[in-house]
Amino acid sequence: MDNIKDLLVILISSSLVSNVVLSQFLGLCPFLGVSKKVKTAGGMGVAVIFVITLASGVAGVINKYVLQRFHIQYLDTIVFILVIAALVQFVEMFLKKAMPSLYEALGVYLPLITTNCAVLGVAINNEQAEYGILTGMVNGFATAVGFTIAIVILAGIREKIAYNDIPESFRGMPIVLLTAGLMAIAFVGFSGLL
Amino acid sequence: MSVTGIITATVVVGAVGIFVGLFLGIAGIRFKVKVDEKEEAVLAALPGNNCGGCGFAGCSGLASAIAKGEAPVNACPVGGEPVGKKIAEIMGVEAESSVKKVAFVACQGDCDKAKKDYDYYGIEDCRMMSFVPGGGPKSCNSGCLGFGTCTKVCPFDAIHVVNGVAVVDRDACKACGKCIEVCPKKLISLVPYDAKLAVACSSADKGPVTMKACEVGCIGCGICVKNCPAQAVTVADFHASIDQEKCTGCGICADKCPKKAIVKL
Repeated sequence: MDNIKDLLVILISSSLVSNVVLSQFLGLCPFLGVSKKVKTAGGMGVAVIFVITLASGVAGVINKYVLQRFHIQYLDTIVFILVIAALVQFVEMFLKKAMPSLYEALGVYLPLITTNCAVLGVAINNEQAEYGILTGMVNGFATAVGFTIAIVILAGIREKIAYNDIPESFRGMPIVLLTAGLMAIAFVGFSGLL
Repeated sequence: MSVTGIITATVVVGAVGIFVGLFLGIAGIRFKVKVDEKEEAVLAALPGNNCGGCGFAGCSGLASAIAKGEAPVNACPVGGEPVGKKIAEIMGVEAESSVKKVAFVACQGDCDKAKKDYDYYGIEDCRMMSFVPGGGPKSCNSGCLGFGTCTKVCPFDAIHVVNGVAVVDRDACKACGKCIEVCPKKLISLVPYDAKLAVACSSADKGPVTMKACEVGCIGCGICVKNCPAQAVTVADFHASIDQEKCTGCGICADKCPKKAIVKL
């Protein structure tokens, strides 16, 4: 049985210490693509939290009752991609029907996350760390919170950068990547937490 | 790895795939949301730039509003009459004819004609100018700042800063109104495409002040008012304005204007 202390450690370590974007370099595509405005970055973050938590739960179930049962853990990547993509599709359909307002808010971002490597990364990390289903979901949630923190901070910085007089060769993506790099260095500071 | 291993893997993954496929298929039918056919057709007829010029959140927002009858069929300022007609056909109503409009910048104080108080080096954005001394480097407090914030927001590449003043490409302009919203000096307005004359100055300063700041500024002398045969020109706040409905386009005001602040379009 997982105790609360273990879960708390996972929560902090996955969201801050080994941040999914800044120290594992997963989910860089939306991190760079959807971080122009804080508002959209926040929307993306909420959608990611939602999807990753759900997906890590489902992937945990699949892992325990399908992959391990038939001893085909080596096929995890393929099966997880299949299941996660279908899950996101289903969630999209479900939200459109049942909660149109939530769908309006998340709608644009959901398809973007369908095959996001961060989602798959969490599922595979959970499997390798041999987390249970609940622990896996907590880990997924924490990872997604870490993603949200990182993308919102980057969006805030980019909003400020937009008005700056940046040297021509650094304009656009280069300055964003540099910013992300500096953020990654800053996040190393969290390693003292645990 | 034995043959059974291969078969197990194939069967299990295949079964998962088939299960997921069936599940999604059933979900697709069960959770089907009725999308109005009209709405889809209207959306297809709209330009799809998602410029927001209509006041709705993108083309799909407008399409649903039109389909519900909450917006007029010609609400899209970009598509203008042709799109309005198409949508009217879809909706089965008569399109009210809309006048094609274009943006017009009421300033022609470029780098040669408008004087500068100082040279400015810094963030190139008109919206920043309210933070710098004198509301920008140009002497005139009402004129175009020339940092091209309108150019940045224009989704149609129809407005450009030429020699320090914004100029509208009248054929590329779709009258979406983005530049009007963003211009901190409120210089840009929509005028009918057919309009012949317009006052290209917004200076609200008194005549002598405007005279010092710009060679082509309207000083509110009223010569145009006296000479207009159709009484279409009026002077208020020390600058002239033309009532486009009364204007016959004779061009006398433009000829008589001592500062050449009224332009023929």
